[in-house]
Amino acid sequence: MTSATTAHSVVEPSITTRRFAGSLVVLYAVITMIPLVWIMLTAFKSPDDAISYPPKVMFKPSLEGFCNLFTTRSRQTPEFIRSLGPPQGLCDSIARSRNMVVAGPSNYVPRFINSLIIAFGSTVLAVALGTLSAYGFSRFRVPLKDDLLFFILSTRMMPPIAVAIPIYLMYRTIGLSDTRLGMILLYTSVNVSLAVWLLKGFIDEIPREYEEAAMIDGYTRFQAFVKVVLPQATTGIAATAIFCLIFAWNEYAFAVLLTSGNAQTAPPFIPIIIGEGGQDWPAVAAGTTLFLVPIVVFTVLLRKHLLRGITFGAVRK
Amino acid sequence: MNELSASSRITYRAVMVRPGMARRIRGLSDKTLAWLFITPTIVLLLAINIFPLLWTIYLSFTNYRANRANVPTIWLGADWYQSILTDPDIWAAMQVTAHFVIWTVVIETVLGFGLAYLIDKKFRGHGMWTTIILLPMMLSPAVVGNFWTFLYQPQIGLFNYVVAFFTGRAASSFQMLGDVTLSPWAIVIVDAWMWTPYVMLICLAGLRSIPDYIYEAAEVDRASKWRQFWSITLPMALPFIMLAVLFRGIENFKMFDMVNLLTGGGPGSTTEVASITLKRAAFESWRTGYSSAFAIILFVTVFGLANIYVKALNKVKSR
Repeated sequence: MTSATTAHSVVEPSITTRRFAGSLVVLYAVITMIPLVWIMLTAFKSPDDAISYPPKVMFKPSLEGFCNLFTTRSRQTPEFIRSLGPPQGLCDSIARSRNMVVAGPSNYVPRFINSLIIAFGSTVLAVALGTLSAYGFSRFRVPLKDDLLFFILSTRMMPPIAVAIPIYLMYRTIGLSDTRLGMILLYTSVNVSLAVWLLKGFIDEIPREYEEAAMIDGYTRFQAFVKVVLPQATTGIAATAIFCLIFAWNEYAFAVLLTSGNAQTAPPFIPIIIGEGGQDWPAVAAGTTLFLVPIVVFTVLLRKHLLRGITFGAVRK
Repeated sequence: MNELSASSRITYRAVMVRPGMARRIRGLSDKTLAWLFITPTIVLLLAINIFPLLWTIYLSFTNYRANRANVPTIWLGADWYQSILTDPDIWAAMQVTAHFVIWTVVIETVLGFGLAYLIDKKFRGHGMWTTIILLPMMLSPAVVGNFWTFLYQPQIGLFNYVVAFFTGRAASSFQMLGDVTLSPWAIVIVDAWMWTPYVMLICLAGLRSIPDYIYEAAEVDRASKWRQFWSITLPMALPFIMLAVLFRGIENFKMFDMVNLLTGGGPGSTTEVASITLKRAAFESWRTGYSSAFAIILFVTVFGLANIYVKALNKVKSR
């Protein structure tokens, strides 16, 4: 790489150009990060600091947002609070300083767990189905192959609300409304199109000769698939899985229309976290921060495959 | 390298056509296996995508209401389609959608291509900064919409504060989400913040696909940098830019989650994009038949766009 760039020095940008380009990009990156950083800062503010004018950059960190996220509280008279024993834990003492007592856990943890179960469940299913189909499309002569592939892709083009109308009626009839299984199946059907397209690209890149050699050595086609192709496709499968995971984790339209309590995921829940007299912004920010952190980690892990993922495998580096 | 793979392919063909080979490989035949591998996906998609689609088509010709399942269903023919296509409210929603799609795509393409062009200069640390820039597009649009409502708060919001700081107006003198003229731009700004990196990433791939020798030839011919940009860079990156535009166009045509949380279609119906109109008709007024017909109309529109997309995709692939 280095030798190639020095050899083509005639088209290499000058140091001034590079510095100029670099500083503009860094400027954009910094501006684009401000909203994210701001929401993460808000998570650690007290409610008064969060809604102060002018907005506070320097403030005394507080865990009240996280406490309000994880608990429900009830307002009590000062006499009643004084009659109680010593506060149990940090959140209780914060609540008591505001004339409240912790009444119990909030719904955030169950919603977060729903998000985890539904995201992982649908990802495992979509990647399993996707890997099999992608291998089938990659290696075998399938009648109407291009039409089938287009059909699979086209299911992703439908507006989610339009799909949600009949799914709502169907789930109501067969008893899948507001169930995790129903959401897993739905997200699997959305993700499987991405999985097939992405994995077909990855499997196309594995030379057929590997399997042919294995089959000459006496493996059956299925054994060759399991023992030769799958290990070669591990990176592709992992990248595809992360894309499916992120989609299911982030999904909102189906979740808000088809779930109400039992199977509700975090995205429809976070916006409706309210405190006394309006939205409890530190709690919302805390819920948002916890929800976004896994995505930030996955994005960094996935950065080499992002391009493929977002274009359904159409553009490869 | 190419010769090597070509010769090995010949060997592979020779192995494949050797008679009796398939019979000697025990186990399932390729045909059965292909069938076994592909069917589950197709069955799932038929059950959760195609069957509901057919049901929607049926419902769109009836007076069915999901909240009154006991009322006998009457066949209405194409009445809903006729009333939708002549309904000024629907056309207003389509105009809002068009405003949103066109402006987001234009802004994201210009900014995204510009950024990609700068990143392609390979300054020190460009990898790290690229990853940072990419973050917004990986986040949940619903959660993003929700936290931007906080930034857009008239008195306490950071966005209003920054605008006030640079323009000298009072931070509480304008409401991004509550004002009839500003709210359509409020949703454009958030979408551009979130999805410019997407266009940037695809454009970057386009710029990197241009081989160095073309620029070297242009240098030999003493073409100016300006000329090189218009005659080499832009035309060669164009299929990639088109791909990004089409993807963003389709996605924003379907836009629901972010706008629903930012404005919910308001104030009034100034930011009511098609998906929000559809949701209001289907899940608030419970006009199931009517909304099914509107859903089908949207399907057909997106399918038209999808077809163009696949053609563009093939063009990019054939390069």
